[in-house]
Amino acid sequence: MLSDGILSDQTLRGLVAESIDIIREAYVGARNPIMLYSIGKDSSALLALCQMAFAPGRLPFPLLHIDTTWKFRQMIEFRDNLASSADVDLIVSTNQEGLAAGYNPFDHGPAYTDVMKTQALRKALDSYRFDVVFAGARRDEEASRAKERIFSPRDPGHRWDPREQRPEFWSNYNTRVTAGHTLRVFPLSNWTELQIWRFIKLAEIPVVDLYFARPRPVVERDGHWIMVDDGRLRLRPGEQPQLRKVRFRTLGCYPLTAGFESEADTIEKIIDETATSTYSERRGRLIDRDAPASMEKKKSEGYF
Amino acid sequence: MRDTLRFITCGSVDDGKSTLIGRLLYDLGQLRIDEVETLTTDSRRFGTRQDDLDFALVLDGLEHERAARITVDVAYRFFSTGDRDYIVLDSPGHEQYTRNMAVAASGADAAIVLVDARRGVVEQTMRHMSILAMFRVSHVALVVNKMDLVGWDHETFKRIESAFVNIASQLGFRSATSIPTCATTGENLVDSVVASWYAGPSVLTWLAEVSPGMVDPAAPFQLPVQLVLRPTSDFRGYCGRIAQGTLRNGDPVVVIPSGKASTIEEIYIGDAATGQATAGDSVCVTLAGDLDVGRGNVLSPPDEPLSYAAQFRAQLIWLAEKPLIPGREYLLKLNYASSRASVTAIRSRRDPATGSALAARQLDANEIGDVHISLAEPIPYAAYSESKQLGGFILIDRETTATIAAGVIQHELRRGANLTWHLVNVDRQAREQLLGQRPCCIWLTGLSGSGKSTIANALESHLHAQGRLTYLLDGDNVRHGLNADLGFDEADRAENIRRVAEVARLMVDAGIIVIVALISPFAADRQRARTLFDRGEFIEVHVDAPVDVCAGRDPKGLYAKARAGQIPNFTGVSSPYEPPLLPEIRVDTTSQDLAECVSLILALMS
Repeated sequence: MLSDGILSDQTLRGLVAESIDIIREAYVGARNPIMLYSIGKDSSALLALCQMAFAPGRLPFPLLHIDTTWKFRQMIEFRDNLASSADVDLIVSTNQEGLAAGYNPFDHGPAYTDVMKTQALRKALDSYRFDVVFAGARRDEEASRAKERIFSPRDPGHRWDPREQRPEFWSNYNTRVTAGHTLRVFPLSNWTELQIWRFIKLAEIPVVDLYFARPRPVVERDGHWIMVDDGRLRLRPGEQPQLRKVRFRTLGCYPLTAGFESEADTIEKIIDETATSTYSERRGRLIDRDAPASMEKKKSEGYF
Repeated sequence: MRDTLRFITCGSVDDGKSTLIGRLLYDLGQLRIDEVETLTTDSRRFGTRQDDLDFALVLDGLEHERAARITVDVAYRFFSTGDRDYIVLDSPGHEQYTRNMAVAASGADAAIVLVDARRGVVEQTMRHMSILAMFRVSHVALVVNKMDLVGWDHETFKRIESAFVNIASQLGFRSATSIPTCATTGENLVDSVVASWYAGPSVLTWLAEVSPGMVDPAAPFQLPVQLVLRPTSDFRGYCGRIAQGTLRNGDPVVVIPSGKASTIEEIYIGDAATGQATAGDSVCVTLAGDLDVGRGNVLSPPDEPLSYAAQFRAQLIWLAEKPLIPGREYLLKLNYASSRASVTAIRSRRDPATGSALAARQLDANEIGDVHISLAEPIPYAAYSESKQLGGFILIDRETTATIAAGVIQHELRRGANLTWHLVNVDRQAREQLLGQRPCCIWLTGLSGSGKSTIANALESHLHAQGRLTYLLDGDNVRHGLNADLGFDEADRAENIRRVAEVARLMVDAGIIVIVALISPFAADRQRARTLFDRGEFIEVHVDAPVDVCAGRDPKGLYAKARAGQIPNFTGVSSPYEPPLLPEIRVDTTSQDLAECVSLILALMS
């Protein structure tokens, strides 16, 4: 994972060291830690950093994937491939009640995200009694995330209180919480999207193929390219699947994740494209536009 | 070579901090199209500038910040120009949110302090400057903003600049630059200014030229141990982030504080054995031989070992709503080491308006104080001026787990070292033999009128009759002499109890059975007294009776006066009593008679 390229890049070298320090510090204070794994590039980078923190030993905690059953098929293949390796323990959890009640991305809008992601996560955290939860959020993703501390205490309902954040000085982290409370820990807080890609390149970290531009069957919907990943995508009148060379900047549930046309089919090209992009990364995440300040609202309800 | 500069923007509310950064990002083309779209919509919804873009909305990312149009917490923004990556820590200006500004200051290499050209340096500017000085932010620029509103008047700028230069030199900043701007229009943020009288840098030029807190590669290495990794029985790795210097395979090391020596066998960064690593790297090292090394220890070079101590002089900023009171016990965390600790004295607090030192008995929220701090056990440290990692600490409230202070170590207090501990020939064991008794401290706590003095007297008479050497320390009596200078507020009560506990300890060391009768209403103070004694030597007796019963007895007529408002801070009336959760003995003086209470205590003593 470590390479000369990382060692000679002072910015990346510092970020790697900071993340490892955070991961170890959170681990020391934890009784039952877990890493949230979303199969995306940030999760891939975070997993590599968690492994680096405990090398040459094995990663001492499992990963948790909240499966809404609407992820891209290539994401699930990638996940299952990872889970079959001896280095990683993976827990997959789905909100079965939400599934049985038929929640889906087409009919339920924001309620779908709440039931199949936020509630699903809270249920899984409660049932396994995890007390320290690693997640791959970055401050440069979005304005409310730009405000969050690295160690973020949560009340027994997993809520974030942005008005009363715990002061955080230097890298001197207070990892204590009172009974029933938990900690969210964000080791990638100070990374940018571009630095994540440079790290993925230099550390040779595998990522899902959906990040690379390939001809894919898509429909144009509300100015976005939505991939026809399986037969469940409900086509609107006049929508005709067509092959376009598209890629995805962020990954999630395929009906809610927009691709864009691109020629970037290598990591080098992705890095160039990211550096010169005139749009932010979240543009492809359709759920962030449900309501103004929607990310803060989701976060305060316990969403990652 | 790429490097990173972390800088804070601070200053009083409405001086234009968030606007400055929002505008800077916009002018640098670092706001993306969809961010500008959002900004345009938000400016119409929340903005304060009619149809113009309100750049502060780029930074104020929280719903309540946008609704109230103020910055509450730090925003972290990232941008790059040339070979430099920047992390902006945009901090709030309101006094109420000073602690969030302090958070940002602790992580910054450089600072931009904004003032409004119409108002110049105000109290909040001074407060922020004091905090920047405490956290040793090396480079400071004063940005005199809203110059358009004073017609770019040179005299105004010069007046503010000279006030700033005075303050900066008084607070010990190494460099201090003043820059005139207008953030709403972007003048002098990226490109230089229009005013003919100004030849200095723009904000961006200044940021590009200051050097980040560069580490000294020649400094002796210090590797604090964060975690001991034992994946298999034959691998033991010591993990941590190197605080300073360079570490190489084969380097001799000494473990601080144990003094055990070894050598570095292998250094890992992640899964790669690198042979060497330097300040800032998070590593895992293996050592020759089997050593007892734990979290909080430091691996240090034998010829320049790190110091360790248990008593410090420090500066701290108090963050909690409840004031800091000397004598209370907290948890101190310095890098990876932690220890129980208390502030033993407040030497002074800083006047926020002038920066000068004032006498103080307590510290309130957002105040900076110069204090003495005492730890239960020594920890490895460096002065904060030498190492932020090994000289900065936080205090944690053990009950609420809140972070209630951040502090920087100035130097060790050599009180203990200069006053050498004289070993004496006649020791405690010899005295115990002479007296034929096992000394201890019986600590009676309870409300006024609960029966403490009555029980204490009866107990002492009984012991005396058995031929025991005893001494009764009664709360009322010590206040006539030893503690005549103390009143009844929380700080004085804590000090009263501290002194009585120390006297009791001396007497127990002398071989005497000591009985203390003291209301001692606060659990933290009793807990602190307990820590002075060995296990089994401190017997806490809760003399329990409901407050109404005590008030009915009222042997000294105090409850009547307190309820009439004539005695402030009277326990049970206008000041709380925190009953012990796990006392050695609890006696109920409403249901148990005196003989019963005494025999319960005697039974536990034998």
